Amino acid sequence: MPYTKRFDGRKFDETRKIEAEVGVIPNADGSAMFCFGDTKAIAAVYGPRTLYPQHLQDPTRGRLKCIYDMLSFSVTERKRPGPSRRSIEISMVTEKALNPALKLEKFPNSAVNLYIMVIQANAGTRTAGINAASLALAHAGLPMTDLVSSVSVGKIGGKICVDLTKDEEDYKEKDEKDTTDIPFAIMPRNGKVTLLQLDGKITSKELKEALQTAKKVCNQIYEVQKKVLQEALNK
Amino acid sequence: MIKEDKMKIDRKKAKEEKEIKEIKVSKKEEKEQVENSPRDSPRERESKERKLVVPGQIVVKGLDFLPGDGTIREGDNIVAIKFGLLDTVGRLVKVIPLTGAYYPKKEDIVIGKIIDITPVGWVVNFNGPSTGFITLAEGTREYVEKNADLTKYYDFGDLVAARVIAVKARTVDLSMKGPGLRKLDGGLIVKVNTHKVPRVIGRQGSMVNLIKEETNCNIAVGQNGIIWIKGRTIEAELVARNAIKQVEEFSHTNDLTEKIKELLTKSRIKEIKE
Amino acid sequence: MAESFNKKKIESFLERGKRFDGRNLLETRKIEVQENIVNKAEGSAKVKIGKTEVIGGVKLGLMEPYTDSPDAGTMMVGVELSPLSSPDFEPGPPNERAIEIARIVDRGIRESELINFKELCVKKGELVWCVFIDIYSLNDDGNLLDASALAAAFALKNAVFPKIKDDKVQYGELTTKKLPLKKDIPISLTFHKIGKEIILDPILDEEDSSDARLTIALTPSNIHALQKGGEEPFTLEEIDHILEIAEDKAKELKKELKL
Repeated sequence: MPYTKRFDGRKFDETRKIEAEVGVIPNADGSAMFCFGDTKAIAAVYGPRTLYPQHLQDPTRGRLKCIYDMLSFSVTERKRPGPSRRSIEISMVTEKALNPALKLEKFPNSAVNLYIMVIQANAGTRTAGINAASLALAHAGLPMTDLVSSVSVGKIGGKICVDLTKDEEDYKEKDEKDTTDIPFAIMPRNGKVTLLQLDGKITSKELKEALQTAKKVCNQIYEVQKKVLQEALNK
Repeated sequence: MIKEDKMKIDRKKAKEEKEIKEIKVSKKEEKEQVENSPRDSPRERESKERKLVVPGQIVVKGLDFLPGDGTIREGDNIVAIKFGLLDTVGRLVKVIPLTGAYYPKKEDIVIGKIIDITPVGWVVNFNGPSTGFITLAEGTREYVEKNADLTKYYDFGDLVAARVIAVKARTVDLSMKGPGLRKLDGGLIVKVNTHKVPRVIGRQGSMVNLIKEETNCNIAVGQNGIIWIKGRTIEAELVARNAIKQVEEFSHTNDLTEKIKELLTKSRIKEIKE
Repeated sequence: MAESFNKKKIESFLERGKRFDGRNLLETRKIEVQENIVNKAEGSAKVKIGKTEVIGGVKLGLMEPYTDSPDAGTMMVGVELSPLSSPDFEPGPPNERAIEIARIVDRGIRESELINFKELCVKKGELVWCVFIDIYSLNDDGNLLDASALAAAFALKNAVFPKIKDDKVQYGELTTKKLPLKKDIPISLTFHKIGKEIILDPILDEEDSSDARLTIALTPSNIHALQKGGEEPFTLEEIDHILEIAEDKAKELKKELKL
């Protein structure tokens, strides 16, 4: 049966309810929370600070160091605390998704430490994490040429969908997995893509369509992010 | 959800663009108003009209203005690269950050703690991106003998007010030469958001002087957000501490000076009664 | 870094019975608890004490029982002092401070026999439930220890069993059956000695000035765990004094928090 109606009744190019807020961690130099429905991530930024060990220092610019982690009870089956192969990879791609927007030339030999914690997971944790992180970096007063907006786009039973849930990621057709998941991030102002991963199977024609959809939805997320920052003082 | 937001934002955008065009006009008006009401500092005045901008936001279109701190020129536009308040001084457009860590600038006065002593000088922690360093020559006017006991100048754990003379790759050079730069004995430490320090100081020191006068305390303010208070009684120090915390919390409100004055007067009456 | 500078000031102020934030020496800050805040957990709670914030969660797993207690379930408490929550916390495996907090929380729960482990047996000698309690700091402004104990208590209180099918946990499917808990949930109170004075619930400023600390986990009838920390010793008189206060304070808190 083709996927004609989404499990939660959303339109195919509609995200789950978005909630976002900055300043959620008083100790941090910058912090933010971002939710796609019940997927919830928080991000905290500390720095810039001189980076140690010294051999990691870059004399031409500051370095973004990201650690992505999940609460052990943010998923249905307990995740052992501490880094995993998955979290190490996500930390790395998150760093690379955000780096192009950051202008850290004025902070040579320094590190900006970014910590992302997934509080509750229902797919799309890395994209929620990137959105939270982008807000937290801006909130930390760091120079950035743009925010970064991120969403996952995918193909479920032949249909292009955005912001997949866990149920959708596990969607099966005739007992065979029929989902393609594409985490995507973009700097909306210049339209440059900073995160692109894919697993599943998709034709290049479908992929092109998926990327256009992702871009469109990221622009909407971008507006929410801007609004959250602009209204940060009223609280 | 997104759709609704988008509509609101579209409206906001239209408004913003209008505001950008008005910058030139409102600037002139501001100047006049400031002259007419000398009690309000220009900062307090402007904060009513200033707006928050986000990284990547086009803040000025056209070539009439110059990009200052927190902005860059991109073609015909000036774009904000920091989150903060948009500020225009003359033809210069800049963004004043409101949040984030302290990053030292040359000539800043910082307050920090001596955490190490080397044969050539003192290492200072001032909550900066790296530690600070005071060489023997910058630490004292006296001639220091080889192998002299440096703790007699500044000992481990001492608090000092120092001036930033250079921000280097792995350290920040500090100097103790200059008015008010010294070891700070005793006293109470208060930490505030580094971006609120200008408000704690006030226009030409008006705010900090007010607090000093009303509480009879000696106060040193570091740009790094560390403030040292020393009074005759601990009660007086706490009144000063509270006043500073109030300035930090309500920095964006109008008639801040009046509010703080009121608070200080009240605390003084209470103290006398007690 | 600046905090420890205030030690002398804090001491002289405490001698007059006052604190920086206007509290009395034995007054706790406002405590806020939000229960069931993570829908994937079997039980969860966020606890805020002033600006200190922690989040605790319970997950249940099936395992083979230990040979010395074939008919009893088990428990594990983990504490992560997340680098997200303080500029002073480093990433990496739990350090001794995190492990100490986890072990104090563990002892309070275990020794008060809060959880009836016998009721966690599914098949004697083959299958029992393991209760995983994980606590993460979100913002450190002092007294993470008591906040962690509270988060664990509330997460346990609202935890329910997941479904089992063919001796396997059906993850994501929860029953409405609550964990077998005793009525008397232990309360953990950490007292700090600064100079000559004893205080409760320190803010970071005070915690950094602390000479010694004593944590007590107690139920109305008994004391179940103690941990002395800090560099300085206590006199027996001071310990007596703390014990007297602890009983009343625990009662007060229990009532206030409906625990």
